[in-house]
Amino acid sequence: MRRRSAWLWLAALAGYAFLYLPLAIVVVYSFNDSRLNAEWVGFTLDWYRKLFANDEMLTAAGNSLLIGLVASLVSTVLGTMAGVALHRYRLRLLPVLVLTPIAIPEILMGVSLLIFFVLLNFTLGLLSVMLAHIAFCIGFVAIVVRSRLAGMDESLTEAARDCGATPWEAFRYVTLPLIMPGVIAGALMAFTLSIDDFVITFFTAGAGTTTLPLQIYSMIKIAVTPEVNAVSTLLMLLTLVLIVIASKLSPTLLRSDE
Amino acid sequence: MAGTRVPERLGKWLVSGPPLAYLLVFFAVPTLIMVLASFRTPGEFGGLAPLVGEDGRLDLNLESYTRFFTDSIYAEIFVKSLWYALLTTLLCLALAYPLAALIANSPKKYRDLLLLLVILPFWSNFLIRVYAWMIILGPQAALARGVNGVLGAFGHEPVPLLFSWFAVLVCLVYVHLPFMVLPLYANLEKHDRTLLDAAQDLGANAWQRFWRITFPLSLPGVYAGAALVFIPALGIFAIPDILGGPEDSLIGNVIKQQFLETRDWPFGSVLSIVLTVMALGLAGFAAWVGRRGSARAARA
Repeated sequence: MRRRSAWLWLAALAGYAFLYLPLAIVVVYSFNDSRLNAEWVGFTLDWYRKLFANDEMLTAAGNSLLIGLVASLVSTVLGTMAGVALHRYRLRLLPVLVLTPIAIPEILMGVSLLIFFVLLNFTLGLLSVMLAHIAFCIGFVAIVVRSRLAGMDESLTEAARDCGATPWEAFRYVTLPLIMPGVIAGALMAFTLSIDDFVITFFTAGAGTTTLPLQIYSMIKIAVTPEVNAVSTLLMLLTLVLIVIASKLSPTLLRSDE
Repeated sequence: MAGTRVPERLGKWLVSGPPLAYLLVFFAVPTLIMVLASFRTPGEFGGLAPLVGEDGRLDLNLESYTRFFTDSIYAEIFVKSLWYALLTTLLCLALAYPLAALIANSPKKYRDLLLLLVILPFWSNFLIRVYAWMIILGPQAALARGVNGVLGAFGHEPVPLLFSWFAVLVCLVYVHLPFMVLPLYANLEKHDRTLLDAAQDLGANAWQRFWRITFPLSLPGVYAGAALVFIPALGIFAIPDILGGPEDSLIGNVIKQQFLETRDWPFGSVLSIVLTVMALGLAGFAAWVGRRGSARAARA
């Protein structure tokens, strides 16, 4: 029995090492005083300095933040409505439209939106990327909000209605404050998904627009440089902070049962 | 009563209408346009030829489908993609099982933390996780030098690790591993430990206990995990694009090429539709097998 659990621990430890070593290497080499990501030479912050002097990278970061903010804001409003609707009403079409984008391979949404925008003569750029990101974020927000509603006491809203509140007042002053942690968690999740998205952005951004993932892609297609490590490290830090906040607000967010 | 019904229905439309309209316009309509595009003729300069031809007739045909089913190179690429996705799924299963078992068997207070540690890398940027393997497998890195040192000692030619099928497969497993651990853990966590104790009392050894009890009971989790790994792995294009060599193109790469380089939209649409049908079919199959498996487990 003891020996078996020792083997289990060893195998699991190897699993965790497999998950974390690659990311650790990216972070460590971002401080390495060498062009080659091959062996440790010495500590430096040069790659971070270079990063903040790189105009293309700064533009890409600005675009990513702008797209992330707009996409998470709009998809949070629409996703919250969808979550409430899925919880309260028996609907046929909405559940399908909310869940399918999550289930199908990402590339399909990318190419179908590309055809759609081009046929409409809609210029590919910041706006088309935002519209695409909103479309894939709605489902994730809706799921988080619905799971929050499922754990809520519905009689509170009914009590408000019995006391003479209009449906809007009951929602605004009773339901919304109660589901707020879920809404904020959903918004942070949407922001993270938007900032991280590569595939759908790749097809809907057009030639002139870059985001951080697109910029990283074009850099690593040419050569491996520690500047990519530096921007990756900062991006990981940002994601980590957002995820920690989101999981504090909605403890079920990071569980398998969501 | 009629007085409360009308606002009720109005409320339903006010709440579900906006998200429904958005998803119709930016998801359902583009998807339908893509289906329609698969029956159209490619334009002279890419994109699509006019829907209504010069003779005033609707220009819809099955040419792109015929091309797909007659040119065996596309069938080969689909088979290759299925093969990569299958290998990825099996390797993920082999790595995920000990992780999920360990988490499920650890004290309750550590479970959430151990599980969080599995999910956390998944939240870092996808491209960063691919890039990490460019560094690890790069020709100057310790791994490649070590491997080629050993090969050289046996008189072999050095092999590149990066830009190879090996790099593609390792990264596919790396990126999809959490999707296998989560459903497996959710299943293993619910197992009744007294079954294992009973089997041990009856003289079953560790291997028999695993193979005859734990594994069959975990099959619903295995199927769910397999679907969650297999489907995204099937449609991937960034990993072969960045880490693969020229022969490692998968369906995703061919779709990308049809839309952005060759600009043959109808054919790209056909490939996308075949991919979707395959993915949804396999998801449905996994759900069906999983349900049957859990029904049998409930009966047992």
